Amino acid sequence: MASLHVLANPARFRRFSQRVLPALSVATALALAVGLWLALVESPPDYQQGETVRIMFLHVPSAWLSMMGYALLAALGASLLVWRHPLAALMARAAAPVGAVFAAVCLLTGALWGRPMWGTYWVWDARLTSMLLLFFLYLGHIALSRAYDDSERGDRAAAILALVGVINLPVIKFSVDWWNTLHQPASVMKLGGPSIDPSILTPLLVMALALLLLFVVLVLLRTETEIDRRRLEAAEMAL
Amino acid sequence: MVNHTPFIVGAYIVALVGFGGLAIASLVARRRIRRELSARGLERR
Amino acid sequence: MTGFGALLARDLRLVWRRPGDVMVVLAFFVVATVLFPLGIGPETNLLARIAAGILWCAALFAALLSLERLFAADYEDGALDLLLLAPWPLELAALAKCLAHWIVTGLPLALLAPLMGLLFGLSGDGLLAVGLTLLVGTPALSLIGGLAAALTLGARRGGALLALLALPLCVPTLIFGAGAVEVVAIGEGFLTHLAILGALALLSLATLPWAIAAALRQAGE
Repeated sequence: MASLHVLANPARFRRFSQRVLPALSVATALALAVGLWLALVESPPDYQQGETVRIMFLHVPSAWLSMMGYALLAALGASLLVWRHPLAALMARAAAPVGAVFAAVCLLTGALWGRPMWGTYWVWDARLTSMLLLFFLYLGHIALSRAYDDSERGDRAAAILALVGVINLPVIKFSVDWWNTLHQPASVMKLGGPSIDPSILTPLLVMALALLLLFVVLVLLRTETEIDRRRLEAAEMAL
Repeated sequence: MVNHTPFIVGAYIVALVGFGGLAIASLVARRRIRRELSARGLERR
Repeated sequence: MTGFGALLARDLRLVWRRPGDVMVVLAFFVVATVLFPLGIGPETNLLARIAAGILWCAALFAALLSLERLFAADYEDGALDLLLLAPWPLELAALAKCLAHWIVTGLPLALLAPLMGLLFGLSGDGLLAVGLTLLVGTPALSLIGGLAAALTLGARRGGALLALLALPLCVPTLIFGAGAVEVVAIGEGFLTHLAILGALALLSLATLPWAIAAALRQAGE
C-alpha cells in the first residue's frame, strides 16, 4: 500500500526528532536567556544608534533566518520533486509558517527601529521592500500548499513555487535595489557602520544562535505534527 | 535625546508574541492531533 | 512544431469565436485606469507623473484577471490529459498557451495603453515608452501568470490565490516597465530599461515553460 511506504521514512525521522527535541528545547531556552541578558543588560548603547541598537539583536537574526528559511523551502522542494522524498513535503509544510513569522518579526521590529532612527515606521528602502516581498512569497507558499483537498498536490505545487521563487529572489533584490536608487538616493544607515564592535557583535551572534535553535525546534516540532496529521488522514481514508 | 524605550520594549513584545504565539500554536496543534490519533486507537509507535 | 502551431491556432480560434472574453479584459483595463484620476484628482502634473505606474499596474491586473481560465477549461474537459499524453513536449504546449494568452491580452494592452496615456497628459516619448515597455514586458507577465494558473488548477480560492502567487514574481517587470516611463519624464533614454525588460522576458522564457509543464503534470496526476 502506497501510504505505508510513504510513512516508512517519516516514522524513522519522528523517532529521531523525539529523541533530540527535549535537549534542543533546553539549549534554545538557555541560549535565549544568555542572548537576552547580553542584548538587554550587558551590551552598551551604540555610539550612533543609542539604545535602539538593542532592536537590532532581534531584527538582524530574524532577517538572516527568514532568508535561510526560504532557501530551506527551496531545497526541500527540490528533494520532493527530484527524489520524491516524502519527508521533504511534510517538513516544507512545517517550515513555511515558521519562516513567515521570522520575516514578519523582522519587518515589525524594523519598523519599530525605523520610527526613532529615521522618524518613520516605513521607508521604501530596498532592503525593507525585498523583505516585504519575501514575506509575500512565504504567504503564497503557505496558501498554495493548503489550497487542495489532496494535500500531496498542494505539497508538489508549493515545491515548484519555492524553486521558482528562489530563482526569482536575486532578480527581485536586484530590481528593487535599482528602483530604490531611482526614487530616493542614499540616506540608508548601515548596521554599525563599516565594522561592528565586539560589544555589539557578541550579543548579535548569541541571539542569532538562539533564534536559529528556536527555528530548528519549531520546525522539528511542527514536522512531527505533520507526520501525525498525515497518518490521521491516511486512517480516515481507509475507513 | 528622545525616549526610545517604548520602541525597544515594543520590538521585544512583538518578538515574544510572534515566536511565542507560533510555539504555543504548534504545541496545541500537536496535542490535538495526538489526541485524535489515540482516539482512533493509533497510538504512536 | 506542428503540435505547437495547432495548439496556438486552436486557442486563438477559441478566442476569436468568443471575443467577449478579451473585450472584458480590455474594458477592465480602461475602466481601472480611468478610476485613478477620479480618485486622485484632476491635477495634470501629478497625473502625468504617476501615469506610468497606473498604466502598468492596471495592465498587470488585467493580465492576471484573464489568466485564471488559461488552463482551467482544458483541465475540466480533459484536453489537458491529451496534452500530457501527446508525443511532443509539454513544455512547448505550455509555451503555446502562454503565447496565445499574450497575443490576445498583452499585445492589445500594449496598443491600448498609449491611448490611455493621452488621458494622463503623457508626452510623445512617454507614450512610446509605455507602448514599447508593455510590448516587451507583457510576455514575462503571461509566463509568470501562466505558472500561477497552472499551480492553482483545481485549488480552492483559485483566483485570489493566483494573484497572491504571481504578483511578487511580477515585481521586477513592473519596476522596469514603469521605471522606463519615469526616466523619459526626466528627459533620459529608456533603452537600458527596455533591454532589462527584454532580459527578464527571456529569463522567463528560458525557465518558466519547464516549471509550468511540471505544474501541469502534477495537476494531471
